[in-house]
Amino acid sequence: MLEIRGLSAAIEDKPILQGVDLTVPQGEVHAIMGPNGSGKSTLAYVLSGREDYVVTGGTATFDGHDLLAMAPEERAATGVFLAFQYPVELPGVGNANFLRTALNAQRRSRGESELDAVQFLKMARTETKRLEMPDDMLRRNVNVGFSGGEKKRNEVLQMAILRPRLAILDETDSGLDIDALRIVADGVNALRGPDFSALVITHYQRLLEHIVPDRVHVLAGGRIVRSGGPELAHELEAKGYAGMVAEAV
Amino acid sequence: MTAPLQSGVDGFLARYEAIRASLPGDPRQRDAAADAFRRSGLPGAAAGRRVEAWKYTSLRPLADSSFVQPVTPVAGASALLDRLPDIEAPRIVFVDGEFNPELSALPEAIGFERFASRAEFGILARPDSEPLVALNTMLTQDGALLTVPKGVDAGLVVLVNAATDRAACHPRHVVRLAAGSRMTLLELSLGEGSYLHNPVFEVLVAEDAVLTHVRLQNESPTAFHLSTLYAEVDARGTYDSFALNLGARLARTEAHVRFTGPSGIAHLNGAQLLRDSQHADFTTVVKHDAPSCSSRQTVKNVLADRAQGVFQGRIEVARGAQKTDGYQMNQALLLSPDAEIDTKPELEIFADDVKCSHGATVGELDSDQLFYLRSRGIPDAEARSMLIHAFLAEGLNAVTNETLRGVLDRAVEGWWERRAA
Repeated sequence: MLEIRGLSAAIEDKPILQGVDLTVPQGEVHAIMGPNGSGKSTLAYVLSGREDYVVTGGTATFDGHDLLAMAPEERAATGVFLAFQYPVELPGVGNANFLRTALNAQRRSRGESELDAVQFLKMARTETKRLEMPDDMLRRNVNVGFSGGEKKRNEVLQMAILRPRLAILDETDSGLDIDALRIVADGVNALRGPDFSALVITHYQRLLEHIVPDRVHVLAGGRIVRSGGPELAHELEAKGYAGMVAEAV
Repeated sequence: MTAPLQSGVDGFLARYEAIRASLPGDPRQRDAAADAFRRSGLPGAAAGRRVEAWKYTSLRPLADSSFVQPVTPVAGASALLDRLPDIEAPRIVFVDGEFNPELSALPEAIGFERFASRAEFGILARPDSEPLVALNTMLTQDGALLTVPKGVDAGLVVLVNAATDRAACHPRHVVRLAAGSRMTLLELSLGEGSYLHNPVFEVLVAEDAVLTHVRLQNESPTAFHLSTLYAEVDARGTYDSFALNLGARLARTEAHVRFTGPSGIAHLNGAQLLRDSQHADFTTVVKHDAPSCSSRQTVKNVLADRAQGVFQGRIEVARGAQKTDGYQMNQALLLSPDAEIDTKPELEIFADDVKCSHGATVGELDSDQLFYLRSRGIPDAEARSMLIHAFLAEGLNAVTNETLRGVLDRAVEGWWERRAA
């Protein structure tokens, strides 16, 4: 279970999050929606440990672990995964090598045995097939020369291989055409289960037709201003953020 | 017998006077070189002239060192050779500047002679303008003269320059590829203790010939490695070189390449991994004296601690050298605030239909990339190591021969392990 209490964070002295309260029970998928600049991506980065952000107050725990006290790699080993809005290119780093290194680092820190190259490739090929990704995606350098859609699919591939217990998807739908959106959503849905929770950050309701959330929260001005069921997303689509935020204030 | 020497220019000149009568070859060329060396001195040393070509590298530490007469090493040399990569290939071994037949396995497909018996100084080297070439010309006693006959593919040949403590070695190597021939030359420099390696290479690539020259400089951390290479590439010939510089307290890899016929290709790629207070200088001059030739240079530097890397790249395009394609890129990754890179690209173009570009980047590890790796569970130190390897791999990818790439990869790993230790 993810529990966020009164979380405030700033970048370069500029406050972005101003007391976020949010609980995502185990096994649930929650959506965070909100206008540009409301702090959605900041929330994702703060939860995954990006150092440019300074936490100025509050707490965030995952299954009782104090996330804010952990290094990014420790959070990952605990089961937190961030699907980046803008996946980073790593020239000179092969995708398969990257994925295996990451997986084995996590397994090592959990006291599990490491996978050898053969075991790993077998598993990775199964996942690429499921995500309708070409085989050479594993041979190429991480995200280098990938289209926007391929980069997002590569994020979902990493998620499928690393099997996190909490996935934070930061606008994974942006830049995807409708087919890619379906593939990505299927990839997330395949992981759903009693031991998987997700925080789906999105600007549009479109993605939530494919990944149906248990709860929807509206983030505005660095705070959660409304929460509700999946129908809240439709209401937002109808009224727009301006109307919703004005009502909430 | 070993005799201690004076240090610096005087020491080298005294050594020359002492052995002059016994040296092979034309004494007039030696005397001329000695005069040139007396005039130029060692750049950066007290009496040395200030010259632009040595703006970032001072030979003062060399001038302050003294060496003993090279002795034929018995113990030590074979232990050094245990460190050589295990490759099935003919091997030509020099120890302290002298050919060692016991440790060598001569190639059959190509001609091999010793400088000691043939004593040809070659036609390209310029003792009058390069102090180290003057020093080499004055004192050289041995070297390899390799000739690949017309149309022959010599495959892989390994040339080893090994040295022991306090030796000063000035090997003189000549590599000639006749028309349409090919060779892959792996050059290894290594040793034990404080010594000087001052080799001069002359490379002649005839029409349609291809020389792949992979150079691994893995000298002792207290050694000097000062290498000067002259190459001429004739029509449609290729000189494809990659130099990996890991060792020596003070190193300079200098190459002068001239195109003498159209449609030639020259690659002067390299990588330098330096730490502590190592200094390594990568200096090149490429002369496009014929049309439609292409020269490529990508040099990567990984600099830790107080290390200093230098890149000087000069491309000269003559009036008639239309359709020249010249490219130069120097990239440095600084792992410490005290590390330094100096870059000096120079383009001198007298033709109007050419494509020439140069660039340089200097930086630390990219924080976005580092966070991306860590967010996937890869610990900080491992993530940093991955990014540094990736930076280097982009350079090493220029070496397409898998065996040689393996040799370089293992040398990089060794550097890395010593650094971690």
